[in-house]
Amino acid sequence: MVTLNDYLLVSGLLFALGFSGVLLRRNILIIFMGLELMLNAANLSLVAFSRFNVTNGLPNYNGQMLVFFIITVAAAEVAVGLAIIVALYRARQTTNVEDLNALKF
Amino acid sequence: MSPILFWIFAALMLGFGAATLVNRNPVASALSLVVSLLGLSALFFSLDAYFIGVIQILVYAGAVMVLFLFIIMLLDLKAEQRRQISLPVLLGGVAVTALFVTQIALVVRTFQVGNKPFPSLAAKFDDASNIGNMLFSHYNLPFQVIGVLILVASIGVVVLSKRELN
Repeated sequence: MVTLNDYLLVSGLLFALGFSGVLLRRNILIIFMGLELMLNAANLSLVAFSRFNVTNGLPNYNGQMLVFFIITVAAAEVAVGLAIIVALYRARQTTNVEDLNALKF
Repeated sequence: MSPILFWIFAALMLGFGAATLVNRNPVASALSLVVSLLGLSALFFSLDAYFIGVIQILVYAGAVMVLFLFIIMLLDLKAEQRRQISLPVLLGGVAVTALFVTQIALVVRTFQVGNKPFPSLAAKFDDASNIGNMLFSHYNLPFQVIGVLILVASIGVVVLSKRELN
Protein backbone atom coordinates (compact mmCIF):
# COMPACT_ATOMS: atom_id res chain seq x y z
CA MET A 1 0.00 0.00 0.00
CA VAL A 2 1.63 3.25 -1.13
CA THR A 3 0.61 6.14 1.09
CA LEU A 4 1.03 9.89 0.90
CA ASN A 5 3.96 9.66 3.30
CA ASP A 6 5.90 7.45 0.86
CA TYR A 7 5.50 10.08 -1.85
CA LEU A 8 6.51 12.85 0.55
CA LEU A 9 9.59 10.91 1.63
CA VAL A 10 10.65 10.26 -1.97
CA SER A 11 10.05 13.91 -2.79
CA GLY A 12 12.12 15.01 0.20
CA LEU A 13 14.95 12.68 -0.80
CA LEU A 14 14.91 14.08 -4.35
CA PHE A 15 15.01 17.62 -2.96
CA ALA A 16 17.94 16.68 -0.70
CA LEU A 17 19.77 15.20 -3.72
CA GLY A 18 19.36 18.39 -5.72
CA PHE A 19 20.29 20.49 -2.71
CA SER A 20 23.50 18.55 -2.05
CA GLY A 21 24.33 18.85 -5.74
CA VAL A 22 23.98 22.64 -5.57
CA LEU A 23 26.15 22.76 -2.46
CA LEU A 24 28.86 20.31 -3.45
CA ARG A 25 29.35 20.54 -7.20
CA ARG A 26 31.51 23.29 -8.73
CA ASN A 27 30.37 23.05 -12.35
CA ILE A 28 27.71 25.70 -12.92
CA LEU A 29 25.77 23.48 -15.36
CA ILE A 30 25.52 20.66 -12.81
CA ILE A 31 24.42 23.20 -10.18
CA PHE A 32 21.67 24.18 -12.59
CA MET A 33 20.61 20.54 -12.95
CA GLY A 34 20.46 20.32 -9.15
CA LEU A 35 18.08 23.30 -9.16
CA GLU A 36 15.89 21.45 -11.65
CA LEU A 37 15.81 18.40 -9.37
CA MET A 38 14.69 20.58 -6.44
CA LEU A 39 11.88 22.14 -8.48
CA ASN A 40 10.71 18.70 -9.55
CA ALA A 41 10.75 17.42 -5.98
CA ALA A 42 8.38 20.24 -5.02
CA ASN A 43 6.19 19.30 -7.99
CA LEU A 44 5.99 15.69 -6.82
CA SER A 45 4.74 16.61 -3.36
CA LEU A 46 2.23 19.08 -4.85
CA VAL A 47 0.77 16.40 -7.12
CA ALA A 48 0.70 13.89 -4.25
CA PHE A 49 -1.26 16.33 -2.06
CA SER A 50 -3.58 17.12 -4.97
CA ARG A 51 -4.33 13.40 -5.37
CA PHE A 52 -4.83 13.06 -1.60
CA ASN A 53 -7.53 15.75 -1.36
CA VAL A 54 -10.34 14.17 -3.35
CA THR A 55 -13.70 15.95 -3.62
CA ASN A 56 -16.59 14.41 -5.59
CA GLY A 57 -14.25 11.77 -6.98
CA LEU A 58 -11.93 14.36 -8.50
CA PRO A 59 -8.43 15.30 -7.28
CA ASN A 60 -7.88 18.87 -6.10
CA TYR A 61 -6.81 20.51 -9.35
CA ASN A 62 -5.40 23.63 -7.68
CA GLY A 63 -2.22 21.70 -6.85
CA GLN A 64 -1.87 20.48 -10.40
CA MET A 65 -2.36 24.01 -11.74
CA LEU A 66 0.46 25.19 -9.51
CA VAL A 67 2.64 22.40 -10.93
CA PHE A 68 1.70 23.50 -14.45
CA PHE A 69 2.81 27.06 -13.70
CA ILE A 70 5.99 25.87 -11.97
CA ILE A 71 6.94 23.80 -15.03
CA THR A 72 6.34 26.81 -17.30
CA VAL A 73 8.37 29.17 -15.13
CA ALA A 74 11.13 26.55 -14.81
CA ALA A 75 11.35 26.24 -18.59
CA ALA A 76 11.71 30.04 -18.93
CA GLU A 77 14.25 30.04 -16.10
CA VAL A 78 16.33 27.34 -17.80
CA ALA A 79 16.38 29.31 -21.05
CA VAL A 80 17.49 32.55 -19.36
CA GLY A 81 19.96 30.77 -17.05
CA LEU A 82 21.65 28.92 -19.88
CA ALA A 83 21.92 32.16 -21.88
CA ILE A 84 23.63 33.75 -18.86
CA ILE A 85 25.98 30.76 -18.63
CA VAL A 86 26.86 31.14 -22.32
CA ALA A 87 27.53 34.87 -21.84
CA LEU A 88 29.65 34.07 -18.78
CA TYR A 89 31.61 31.44 -20.70
CA ARG A 90 32.30 33.96 -23.48
CA ALA A 91 33.68 36.43 -20.95
CA ARG A 92 35.68 34.04 -18.75
CA GLN A 93 36.11 30.72 -20.63
CA THR A 94 35.14 28.69 -17.56
CA THR A 95 32.11 26.99 -16.03
CA ASN A 96 33.73 26.41 -12.65
CA VAL A 97 32.15 28.59 -9.99
CA GLU A 98 35.39 28.83 -8.03
CA ASP A 99 36.99 30.72 -10.90
CA LEU A 100 34.12 33.24 -10.87
CA ASN A 101 34.94 35.12 -7.71
CA ALA A 102 34.66 38.75 -8.81
CA LEU A 103 31.15 40.17 -8.71
CA LYS A 104 31.78 42.61 -11.51
CA PHE A 105 31.70 42.37 -15.25
CA MET B 1 -0.36 1.50 -8.88
CA SER B 2 1.19 -1.48 -7.18
CA PRO B 3 3.80 -0.71 -4.51
CA ILE B 4 6.46 -2.63 -6.45
CA LEU B 5 6.08 -0.33 -9.47
CA PHE B 6 6.08 2.74 -7.22
CA TRP B 7 9.34 1.74 -5.57
CA ILE B 8 10.91 0.75 -8.90
CA PHE B 9 10.17 4.16 -10.39
CA ALA B 10 11.14 5.99 -7.19
CA ALA B 11 14.46 4.11 -7.12
CA LEU B 12 14.98 4.86 -10.82
CA MET B 13 14.33 8.55 -10.21
CA LEU B 14 16.54 8.82 -7.13
CA GLY B 15 19.32 6.62 -8.57
CA PHE B 16 19.63 8.54 -11.79
CA GLY B 17 19.21 11.81 -9.88
CA ALA B 18 22.27 10.82 -7.85
CA ALA B 19 24.07 9.81 -11.06
CA THR B 20 23.35 13.32 -12.42
CA LEU B 21 25.27 14.85 -9.57
CA VAL B 22 28.08 12.28 -9.36
CA ASN B 23 29.04 12.08 -13.03
CA ARG B 24 32.08 14.13 -14.05
CA ASN B 25 31.04 14.25 -17.70
CA PRO B 26 28.30 16.89 -18.25
CA VAL B 27 26.71 14.93 -21.13
CA ALA B 28 26.33 11.86 -18.91
CA SER B 29 24.84 14.11 -16.22
CA ALA B 30 22.27 15.56 -18.62
CA LEU B 31 21.26 12.10 -19.89
CA SER B 32 20.92 10.80 -16.31
CA LEU B 33 18.70 13.79 -15.57
CA VAL B 34 16.43 12.79 -18.49
CA VAL B 35 15.96 9.29 -17.03
CA SER B 36 15.38 10.75 -13.57
CA LEU B 37 12.66 13.07 -14.87
CA LEU B 38 11.05 10.21 -16.84
CA GLY B 39 10.85 8.25 -13.56
CA LEU B 40 9.25 11.30 -11.96
CA SER B 41 6.64 11.50 -14.72
CA ALA B 42 5.86 7.81 -14.12
CA LEU B 43 5.16 8.76 -10.48
CA PHE B 44 2.84 11.53 -11.76
CA PHE B 45 0.98 8.90 -13.80
CA SER B 46 0.71 6.75 -10.67
CA LEU B 47 -1.01 9.70 -8.97
CA ASP B 48 -3.57 9.90 -11.82
CA ALA B 49 -2.12 13.25 -12.96
CA TYR B 50 -1.91 12.23 -16.61
CA PHE B 51 -1.80 15.73 -18.09
CA ILE B 52 0.99 16.84 -15.76
CA GLY B 53 2.92 13.64 -16.51
CA VAL B 54 2.72 14.22 -20.26
CA ILE B 55 3.70 17.89 -19.82
CA GLN B 56 6.64 16.76 -17.68
CA ILE B 57 7.92 14.46 -20.44
CA LEU B 58 7.35 17.04 -23.20
CA VAL B 59 8.83 20.06 -21.42
CA TYR B 60 11.62 18.54 -19.35
CA ALA B 61 12.72 15.39 -21.17
CA GLY B 62 12.07 17.13 -24.47
CA ALA B 63 12.73 20.86 -24.48
CA VAL B 64 14.81 21.54 -21.37
CA MET B 65 17.15 18.60 -21.83
CA VAL B 66 17.73 19.39 -25.51
CA LEU B 67 18.62 22.92 -24.39
CA PHE B 68 21.07 21.57 -21.79
CA LEU B 69 22.72 19.22 -24.29
CA PHE B 70 22.87 21.99 -26.88
CA ILE B 71 24.63 24.34 -24.45
CA ILE B 72 27.05 21.58 -23.38
CA MET B 73 27.84 21.01 -27.04
CA LEU B 74 28.13 24.75 -27.73
CA LEU B 75 30.55 25.32 -24.86
CA ASP B 76 32.44 22.12 -25.80
CA LEU B 77 32.71 21.04 -22.16
CA LYS B 78 35.02 18.14 -21.40
CA ALA B 79 34.79 15.92 -18.36
CA GLU B 80 36.05 18.15 -15.57
CA GLN B 81 39.30 17.49 -13.81
CA ARG B 82 39.20 15.91 -10.40
CA ARG B 83 39.68 18.93 -8.20
CA GLN B 84 40.46 18.91 -4.55
CA ILE B 85 37.19 19.91 -2.92
CA SER B 86 37.76 21.88 0.23
CA LEU B 87 36.98 20.01 3.44
CA PRO B 88 34.75 22.71 5.04
CA VAL B 89 32.59 22.84 1.91
CA LEU B 90 32.29 19.04 1.83
CA LEU B 91 31.48 18.77 5.53
CA GLY B 92 29.04 21.68 5.39
CA GLY B 93 27.22 20.29 2.36
CA VAL B 94 26.95 16.78 3.77
CA ALA B 95 25.88 18.06 7.21
CA VAL B 96 23.18 20.38 5.85
CA THR B 97 21.84 17.62 3.58
CA ALA B 98 21.85 15.06 6.41
CA LEU B 99 20.02 17.50 8.68
CA PHE B 100 17.45 18.12 5.97
CA VAL B 101 16.86 14.41 5.34
CA THR B 102 16.51 13.77 9.08
CA GLN B 103 14.01 16.58 9.37
CA ILE B 104 11.94 15.24 6.44
CA ALA B 105 12.00 11.72 7.89
CA LEU B 106 10.90 12.97 11.31
CA VAL B 107 8.08 15.08 9.86
CA VAL B 108 6.86 12.23 7.64
CA ARG B 109 6.97 9.77 10.54
CA THR B 110 4.82 11.95 12.78
CA PHE B 111 2.41 13.02 10.00
CA GLN B 112 -0.40 10.57 10.83
CA VAL B 113 -2.87 11.88 8.21
CA GLY B 114 -0.51 10.80 5.45
CA ASN B 115 -0.65 7.16 6.53
CA LYS B 116 -4.24 6.83 5.36
CA PRO B 117 -4.62 5.29 1.89
CA PHE B 118 -5.35 7.58 -1.03
CA PRO B 119 -9.13 8.15 -1.44
CA SER B 120 -10.55 6.48 -4.52
CA LEU B 121 -11.36 8.61 -7.54
CA ALA B 122 -14.42 8.60 -9.77
CA ALA B 123 -14.42 5.63 -12.13
CA LYS B 124 -14.16 7.87 -15.17
CA PHE B 125 -12.87 11.42 -15.29
CA ASP B 126 -11.30 13.51 -18.03
CA ASP B 127 -8.05 14.82 -16.61
CA ALA B 128 -7.02 17.05 -19.53
CA SER B 129 -10.43 18.69 -19.94
CA ASN B 130 -10.71 19.35 -16.19
CA ILE B 131 -7.31 21.05 -16.25
CA GLY B 132 -8.30 23.01 -19.34
CA ASN B 133 -11.48 24.21 -17.66
CA MET B 134 -9.54 25.33 -14.59
CA LEU B 135 -6.88 27.00 -16.71
CA PHE B 136 -9.29 29.07 -18.80
CA SER B 137 -11.74 29.96 -16.04
CA HIS B 138 -10.25 30.19 -12.58
CA TYR B 139 -6.59 30.63 -13.60
CA ASN B 140 -7.14 32.73 -16.71
CA LEU B 141 -5.17 35.79 -15.55
CA PRO B 142 -2.08 33.85 -14.35
CA PHE B 143 -2.19 31.92 -17.62
CA GLN B 144 -1.98 35.14 -19.63
CA VAL B 145 0.66 36.61 -17.33
CA ILE B 146 2.78 33.51 -17.88
CA GLY B 147 2.53 34.14 -21.61
CA VAL B 148 4.04 37.58 -21.05
CA LEU B 149 6.73 36.01 -18.85
CA ILE B 150 7.74 33.61 -21.62
CA LEU B 151 7.81 36.47 -24.13
CA VAL B 152 10.08 38.49 -21.81
CA ALA B 153 12.27 35.44 -21.23
CA SER B 154 12.71 34.74 -24.93
CA ILE B 155 13.53 38.39 -25.69
CA GLY B 156 15.97 38.37 -22.77
CA VAL B 157 17.67 35.24 -24.07
CA VAL B 158 18.14 36.81 -27.50
CA VAL B 159 19.58 39.99 -25.96
CA LEU B 160 21.90 38.01 -23.66
CA SER B 161 23.13 35.81 -26.49
CA LYS B 162 24.12 38.70 -28.73
CA ARG B 163 27.85 39.02 -28.95
CA GLU B 164 28.04 42.75 -28.45
CA LEU B 165 25.89 44.67 -26.00
CA ASN B 166 25.73 48.25 -27.20
